[in-house]
Amino acid sequence: MLLNESVAIVTGAARGLGRAIALELAAGGAQVVVNYAGSEAKALQVVHEIEAAGGRGMAVQADVSLAGDVDRLVKTAQDACGKVDILVNNAGIARDNLILRMKEGDWDAVLATNLKGVFLCTKAVAKGMLKRRAGVIVNIASVVGISGNAGQANYAAAKAGVIGLTKSVAKELAPRGIRVNAVAPGYILTDMTDILPDEVKNGIAQTIPLGRVGEPRDVAKAVAFLASPDAAYITGQTLCVDGGMEM
Amino acid sequence: MGVFEKVKSIVVDQLGVDEDDVTLETSFEELNADSLDIVELIMALEEEFDLDIPDEEAEKIRTVGDAVKYIKENQ
Ligand SMILES: NC(=O)c1ccc[n+]([C@@H]2O[C@H](COP(=O)([O-])OP(=O)(O)OC[C@H]3O[C@@H](n4cnc5c(N)ncnc54)[C@H](O)[C@@H]3O)[C@@H](O)[C@H]2O)c1
Repeated sequence: MLLNESVAIVTGAARGLGRAIALELAAGGAQVVVNYAGSEAKALQVVHEIEAAGGRGMAVQADVSLAGDVDRLVKTAQDACGKVDILVNNAGIARDNLILRMKEGDWDAVLATNLKGVFLCTKAVAKGMLKRRAGVIVNIASVVGISGNAGQANYAAAKAGVIGLTKSVAKELAPRGIRVNAVAPGYILTDMTDILPDEVKNGIAQTIPLGRVGEPRDVAKAVAFLASPDAAYITGQTLCVDGGMEM
Repeated sequence: MGVFEKVKSIVVDQLGVDEDDVTLETSFEELNADSLDIVELIMALEEEFDLDIPDEEAEKIRTVGDAVKYIKENQ
């Protein structure tokens, strides 16, 4: 298998896209550290699923917006698994509102998790990757970070930030054999999108060229590809997985 | 091995330079180290000497002698 012998951390992996990504990487042979912020039971369930399928995994609690938590997450992974080859920055939140109604706290919270969290996790794993002259980072951005979206100024700004961060770190670390890419999902069915009213959901589906909303597995497959040696010559890219929404 | 010899061997190792080119006066720049090389070098020194060199201090370490001096003072 392509990811045999490798160790991956997936942030926010108790549910949604993170869960699908964790399962996909494990299916590819990676040992997966399933990070979660609060939902221990769900994270353990993901680990059980990985193990039931013959893979290896462990759950580690950490809030990615806190430097102390992130350092502990990475250290726990390194101590238990010996190294970290793959980091998938997936943890994210949305606090949607029109700019005039957006609270400062909603801005800060979204930037803290969705952008600062990516910075903290990247910095924490980079040291070990530099030493080993190898490593792969995949950041989950969003098509909204490219196109913008009414009602998501904070979220879109954070996701655009993730794309800029991805390119900058890709340039910095490329000379040491470390690849950094982003995946920009379009509209994918998860708890995050389930809160939208049905008419909005149907409306969105109609605007998608491929005629359907995405499933977590669509994103997980793209992440697994970018994380694998098959993508050895790809870095600094943002791959839209969106049924053609953004083009 | 003295501090200088240890630092020298790390510099030789990290930057892939000739031992004869490394003296106390040699700057990392002269050895063609880029900024990332220097960050890695500092990381290697921290590990070897079991130190935690703060970023503000690390920025001041420009020559082999600077590193040796810092290590001697902080060990
Ligand atoms: N679902 C979509 O359509 C879609 C589209 C584009 C981008 N995304 C992005 O994909 C990622 C996953 O989204 P999802 O749809 O699976 O959402 P989700 O809400 O189902 O899952 C997000 C996970 O992140 C965790 N999390 C939140 N804050 C955290 C923190 N501070 N530290 C650690 N974990 C934290 C949550 O507990 C949750 O398990 C997010 O970055 C999201 O922005 C999703």
